[in-house]
Amino acid sequence: MCLGIPGRIVGLQDTEPRTGTVDFDGLRRPVCLAYTPEAGVGDYVIVHVGFAISLVDEEEAAKTLAVLRAMPDAIETELGS
Amino acid sequence: MKYLDEYRDPVLARRLLAELHATATRPWTIMEVCGGQTHTIVRQGIDELLPAGIRMIHGPGCPVCVTPLEIIDKALAIAARPDVIFTSYGDMLRVPGTSGDLLGLKARGADVRVVYTPLDAVRIAHENPGRSVVFLAVGFETTAPANAMAVLHAAASGVDNFSVLVSHVLVPPAITALMDEPDTQVQAFLAAGHVCAVMGWTEYEPIALKYQVPIVVTGFEPLDLLEGILMAVRQLEDGRAEVENQYVRAVRRSGNAAAQDAVRTVFQVTDRTWRGIGPIPASGLALSAEFAGFDAEQRFSVGDVVTVESPLCIAGDILRGTRVPTDCAAYGRACTPRTPLGAPMVSSEGTCAAFHNAGRGLEM
Ligand code: SF4
Repeated sequence: MCLGIPGRIVGLQDTEPRTGTVDFDGLRRPVCLAYTPEAGVGDYVIVHVGFAISLVDEEEAAKTLAVLRAMPDAIETELGS
Repeated sequence: MKYLDEYRDPVLARRLLAELHATATRPWTIMEVCGGQTHTIVRQGIDELLPAGIRMIHGPGCPVCVTPLEIIDKALAIAARPDVIFTSYGDMLRVPGTSGDLLGLKARGADVRVVYTPLDAVRIAHENPGRSVVFLAVGFETTAPANAMAVLHAAASGVDNFSVLVSHVLVPPAITALMDEPDTQVQAFLAAGHVCAVMGWTEYEPIALKYQVPIVVTGFEPLDLLEGILMAVRQLEDGRAEVENQYVRAVRRSGNAAAQDAVRTVFQVTDRTWRGIGPIPASGLALSAEFAGFDAEQRFSVGDVVTVESPLCIAGDILRGTRVPTDCAAYGRACTPRTPLGAPMVSSEGTCAAFHNAGRGLEM
């Protein structure tokens, strides 16, 4: 139950509580969006037991990856390339 | 898949490992609190790739594992009633109670149903007005908002044949209890990213300060874990003890206000017994007075159940991180994922099951 996975909101339904359709790599499921009122179509959210608990910050995601990509590669360094 | 695959890149993992090897000059012991993180660490063999001396202890953050036996036995008693439809997350069905599990009860004809979200349980209640629908509301701060919304939704739409059997647990009191143990070996924590997505990390700041222990809010993919470990090791090497956030893409310091509001409305903090660990003060959530009418324990008056654990199981030591599954005489013999004697062998987030699935200490 405890695994949270990211998915992209592809549709919104007019229901109470607020619900959207979220795409998980092709698999689409209804997800409660009551806790991410700011999330809209196209946004990535982290989903736990059918609830979006967090909006993925795309800028921060890119920054984290950029930091990791800027790290020297041990093997490249050793080979002097 | 976006936001998963990028954080599994083996080239970047190798760079992080090299950086870790360059950073660590002394042995350090770090606990990952969350079972989802344990699963990734053991499955990917991350703990075996770390510099010598950097030891990962697998913490108590698996809700399947720490839900008290008493609650499982109460669940079994309620689910056995012919007027009840008992609903639960799938991974609770094989948790061994004193006599049997929910799956066995279902095989003998009880109406036990797996739901993906607690809102499905409310829907089942709405569709079956003549039956009582009970949901087993367990988990950490990650599932509490979902379970709170189920109660709020049932209340708002007048679904009064719905109730919840609640055994929620909270991470910060468990960390505090671990640090209060005189023989604790933990020198730094990786905090569970999704718990913090809900709650933020302000609760961890006084803990880091009081115990002088670095706490790094960490995600769940291999690169997240490696970066979280690197951040913890840097703090330890520098003699710092701060709360840092590795999982910036999903966690903000104050967490998710809407989710916290719902949890505070429906639940109140209570003392809770953790399976294998024992009672920890103010470490759980129970229904608040306003929503006490939704309490399945009161509706079905399953007051006293007598619980007996398997005498072989050393789950308590494993959840505290003082022993590993391969130290257990039953591991891989009497106790396997198909025949679990203790809760940590049930869910893939449990340390015993994570070890078993990775073939650790088994003659293959
Ligand atoms: S291997 Fe089984 S019996 Fe041993 S500690 Fe783990 S769950 Fe308990």
